[in-house]
Amino acid sequence: MVDRSAHGPQTDTAPTDAAPIDTVADGHRGLDADLRSTRGSFTLDVRLSCPPGSILALLGPNGAGKSSALRALAGLVPLTGGHVRLGGVDHTTTAVEHRPVGMVFQDYLLFPHLSALDNVAFGPRCQGVGRAEARERARALLEHMDLADHVAARPRRLSGGQAQRVALARALAVRPGMLLLDEPMAALDASTRVAVRSRLRHLLEEFDGVTVLVTHDPLDAMVLADHIAVIEGGRLVQEGTPAEVARRPRTTYVARLVGLNLFRGRAHGDTVTLGEDGSDTTATVAVREAHHGPALVAFPPRAVALYRDHPHGSPRNMWRLRVEGVERFGDQVRVHLEGPLSLVADITPAALAELGLARGEEVWAGVKAAEVECYPG
Amino acid sequence: MTSLVTRSDRRAVRARPGRVPWILVVPALVGLAFLVLPFVGLLVRAPWSTMGARVTEPEVLTALWLSLSTATVATLVSLLLGVPLAWMLARTEFPGRRWVRALVTVPLVIPPVVGGVALLLVLGRNGLVGRYLDDWFGLTLPFTPAAVVIAQVFVAMPFLVISVEGALRGADRRYEEAAATLGAGRVTVFTRVTLPMVLPGIGAGAVLCWARALGEFGATITFAGNFPGTTQTMPLAVYMAMQRDPEAAIVLSLVLLLVSLAVLATLRERWVNA
Repeated sequence: MVDRSAHGPQTDTAPTDAAPIDTVADGHRGLDADLRSTRGSFTLDVRLSCPPGSILALLGPNGAGKSSALRALAGLVPLTGGHVRLGGVDHTTTAVEHRPVGMVFQDYLLFPHLSALDNVAFGPRCQGVGRAEARERARALLEHMDLADHVAARPRRLSGGQAQRVALARALAVRPGMLLLDEPMAALDASTRVAVRSRLRHLLEEFDGVTVLVTHDPLDAMVLADHIAVIEGGRLVQEGTPAEVARRPRTTYVARLVGLNLFRGRAHGDTVTLGEDGSDTTATVAVREAHHGPALVAFPPRAVALYRDHPHGSPRNMWRLRVEGVERFGDQVRVHLEGPLSLVADITPAALAELGLARGEEVWAGVKAAEVECYPG
Repeated sequence: MTSLVTRSDRRAVRARPGRVPWILVVPALVGLAFLVLPFVGLLVRAPWSTMGARVTEPEVLTALWLSLSTATVATLVSLLLGVPLAWMLARTEFPGRRWVRALVTVPLVIPPVVGGVALLLVLGRNGLVGRYLDDWFGLTLPFTPAAVVIAQVFVAMPFLVISVEGALRGADRRYEEAAATLGAGRVTVFTRVTLPMVLPGIGAGAVLCWARALGEFGATITFAGNFPGTTQTMPLAVYMAMQRDPEAAIVLSLVLLLVSLAVLATLRERWVNA
């Protein structure tokens, strides 16, 4: 917020890459939540923690339960188990209107019958702040967000980016300990996203409480958040910094989001045998460092080289694969390959022309062991 | 220029709609005539030469004033009771809610005379509740202007409740959630978010309610009687005039028609199209 110092300490109880163990410690000043609820056939079971001054992104496909998790944090949907603690205080059963939470909704949901100023002043007024003081607080927040010219505007007169900032100001005006954002970028058109995203990041950095945002867009998560929690099917499948998630995805969903080929297997020294249980051991991947036990291997599509004939002095990883499809991908061509393992390779249009690939043809695909990331699975 | 060209092009290539089928047009025109002709009759047969004098007769003005004031009070009472009732039906869960909803619509479907009889049985001097009103407070409702209002509320409030409940169900409840996360309790959410957002629905309901109250006849004559100056509203006056002086009935009808059209047009402009 406007009048507070920018960053809280980042060090206390940072979430680990592996499944989070109990991070409840005395004097935990951030968010510690264990969200469990069952609605019909859908079960949500997610543990989240986030230190103050830090931004956590819940990333996942549609229907994964990330919005449900956010709504549970806000108190909008009841939990059937677990807890929500913020700053060491238990808020599991606190009513929505009494939670120290500010929320930015998808589509922003600014009250259409109130001006931008009255939208922002709404929260403080509900908290019992006097009219003049509430409006003064609202004005200061809007001015801070470069909206001084729009205080009197009705929401429908605002652009998407402006509406987003009014919604953010409205959520911050209640001086929350935790800021929740539900798909904050979804209502914006593509042309304004880049500018709005970096501006939002800047404004979120000023907030010294816990920030949790929900998105299905990996780019939003990477740019806006310090930590990413990936949720699939109501469960937490991966947690880590954006760099960790981008480099070492743990599920095919995450791998596809960050654009990597991902395989699961068992490591024996510097060789990984693919396949979950070792029964259909038709492919192996050589990696640069020795590992043992269940392992994940990942490499980017551009690390894959394709050859018509088996090359001399070849890389250690060489597979005979069948072309399943070819599509444009930016200024590259993405080739989908099937065989003992299925992967995608990005090559230049010139290379494609030279190879003369067609669907159903077989090629050699090679990847250097140095390009392969291997980590415990 | 280009846009003009494309527009005319588009018009040129647009497929011609098929002929309007007579099987729908003929009944539609008959229906329209059926609705409009009676008013034409009123206008044609009106005693225009003596109109000015007749309209300003004290009897007419008294009945008109009574009608307008009771219909307005009835609408206010309906708003005060009906909007919370609509909110209960739309926003809360309680056992038997479906039954309550059905009960609310009963006055819409029963003949108003039956409603009048029922009101008399409950609020009459010897009625279930009226007895105690009389004993404890010396309050006698039947055959007073208050009874006119009660009869009108009974028949007209369901229109308001149905209309407002529909508006509440159609409103985006996420705005109410947004208000709750900002610290608003249920009453604040209702007054500062829900109410302003369903205002057009409430306006439309109030207009319907007022119009129904203004035209009330059966329940009024049964429960409130037909006393000029105290309970004789315009519809009753029209009916009475019809017995002895049909021309007077025409004049009264025209006045009632004009006043209600004027009020509805004004309100419609203001609320229904909002």
